[in-house]
Amino acid sequence: MALTKDRKENDTGNGTKTAAVPPRGGNGVRRRTRPDPAARSRGGQRFILVGLVLASAYSLFPVYWLIIAATKDRVGLYQSNGLWFSGFHLWENLQQVFTYEDGIFLRWTANSFLYAGVGSLGGTLIALLTGYGLARFDFPGRGVVFATVVGSFLIPIALLTLPLYLMFSEIGLVDTPWAMLIPCLINPFSVYLAKVYTEATIPFELLEAARIDGAGELRIFFSIVLRMMTTGGATVFLLAFVNTWNAFFLPLTVLRGEENWTLNLGLYNWSGKRLESGIDVTSLVLTGALLSIIPMAIMMVAMRRYWRSGVTLGALK
Amino acid sequence: MIRSLRWKGAAFTVPFQLGFVFLYLLPIGYAVYQSLYLQKQSGLGLGGATREFVGLENYQQGLTDSAFMTSILRVVLFACVQIPFMLLVSLFLALLLDAVTSKVAGRFRILLLVPYMIPGVVAAIVWVNLYSPAVGPLTPLGELFGFDWNFFAPSMVWPAIGNLLTWHGIGYNMVIIYSALQSVPRELFEAARLDGASELRIARSIKIPFVRGALVLTALLSIIQMLQIFNEPALFRNVTPQTVSDDFAPIMIIYNQAFNAGNYNYAAALSVLLALFLGIASFLFYRLTSREAD
Repeated sequence: MALTKDRKENDTGNGTKTAAVPPRGGNGVRRRTRPDPAARSRGGQRFILVGLVLASAYSLFPVYWLIIAATKDRVGLYQSNGLWFSGFHLWENLQQVFTYEDGIFLRWTANSFLYAGVGSLGGTLIALLTGYGLARFDFPGRGVVFATVVGSFLIPIALLTLPLYLMFSEIGLVDTPWAMLIPCLINPFSVYLAKVYTEATIPFELLEAARIDGAGELRIFFSIVLRMMTTGGATVFLLAFVNTWNAFFLPLTVLRGEENWTLNLGLYNWSGKRLESGIDVTSLVLTGALLSIIPMAIMMVAMRRYWRSGVTLGALK
Repeated sequence: MIRSLRWKGAAFTVPFQLGFVFLYLLPIGYAVYQSLYLQKQSGLGLGGATREFVGLENYQQGLTDSAFMTSILRVVLFACVQIPFMLLVSLFLALLLDAVTSKVAGRFRILLLVPYMIPGVVAAIVWVNLYSPAVGPLTPLGELFGFDWNFFAPSMVWPAIGNLLTWHGIGYNMVIIYSALQSVPRELFEAARLDGASELRIARSIKIPFVRGALVLTALLSIIQMLQIFNEPALFRNVTPQTVSDDFAPIMIIYNQAFNAGNYNYAAALSVLLALFLGIASFLFYRLTSREAD
């Protein structure tokens, strides 16, 4: 444990990982002549690991509890020790979630995928076009456009959502999927990310060369720029997807009938139900909550390379 | 750049600009317009409602609306406690991650980011149930250690929501601070160590000043989010209405004015006021932190 720091420095020093792995937990072989500061304080390294383990336990505890709660029936949920299993009723709970109110949960899942998937796809394309235009062309008003993009990060959702609701209800879009899809098309943060990515990946010289070869601007964008921007585009898409999937205030405002709801909205509604109707749907809510995390978790883990760069790029530039 | 090429470049941004006009500028303009009017029932409410231009009356009412101003003050005070606490924990964890090998750091990082993967509403659902005296494990756990806490008591709302927000935000903020730490030139540490600086001293005098920009940014993002807090108190209210009042957060008041009281005009004025407060708060924070740097 105490040698983790040694290992790191040996990695860079020797260039080979295997050679540098010290015996675990042993009184490690000191490979460096100069005493390593981390090894100097073994207690320090232990303190660091204990801190990280405790923080991870805090992060994971609610998920752990949620998994356990999803395997319990009503009696178990209310009466057994919350921190350990008591009977295994996961399949019954799942069946209940999927059949409750004629399987409305599946409908909500499909809606969430539709809004997040299609909305983010359109939003990403628009963001990439705009980011490319802002990053690689010098047109009058470019500064103004970019300033509006950054400035609109500050606009509170309520300021936009309420009038949008009124406007959408005038043209009959409230309570249709369009009310969710249209606002997803314009995402200033995506534009900002797309601009940063374009600046990092598309060299001016390449565009010049393509122009000299006689390629039109649209063709350059669709057959060269888009292809080179797969990483950036995937990141923009992923972050927009997560954003839409997590959205709550917008769907709460513009979607009325439950057949158009998102998972978040449905779960919110279920969790308030036990008050009104006297039926206890707690295990329904908890199992549904667990299910709703799964697509997000799969997506995040599968695409972690992308969103990590997106999160940090967006933050540091 | 050739003139025609410039315009072709501008053309790439046209879809966004059009959308921006329809989905940002127009709604904002509409909100401002609405905020200057008021629906008034004529006579005995028989002749239907008429709309009347009232100028800044709605704003005047908003600024003297004690429920609205209290909710803003409440959220600001809450932000002053929760955000520094959350960022300190995130900074501390980022420093810990920075002190282990990148392999170990990678493993812990993914564990610490689990909360970030969970949608805000779902996170609130999970924590509300954890807090619940009926099904949650925290009440019996507290009893075990002699605490008689009830997270659904109105006095516990702050710690309860604060813990939820902290749990949800630590991982994300930690990642941003950690990536800033990773960009500190390693030679600086070597040099400091040669001079006999302890690891704590290095953290305090080199690492923390280096990630100042990341801290300012995460704080600013957190402030913006906090003034707009809605999901968490709304969900608490949904499950335990006795815990959270319906005028708890500014956006809850705006939502209720618009959809329960049916007073769109007043709701529009309040949302413009909230946007102004947000702008002022961000500006003040930015000025404050950039002056310190000089």
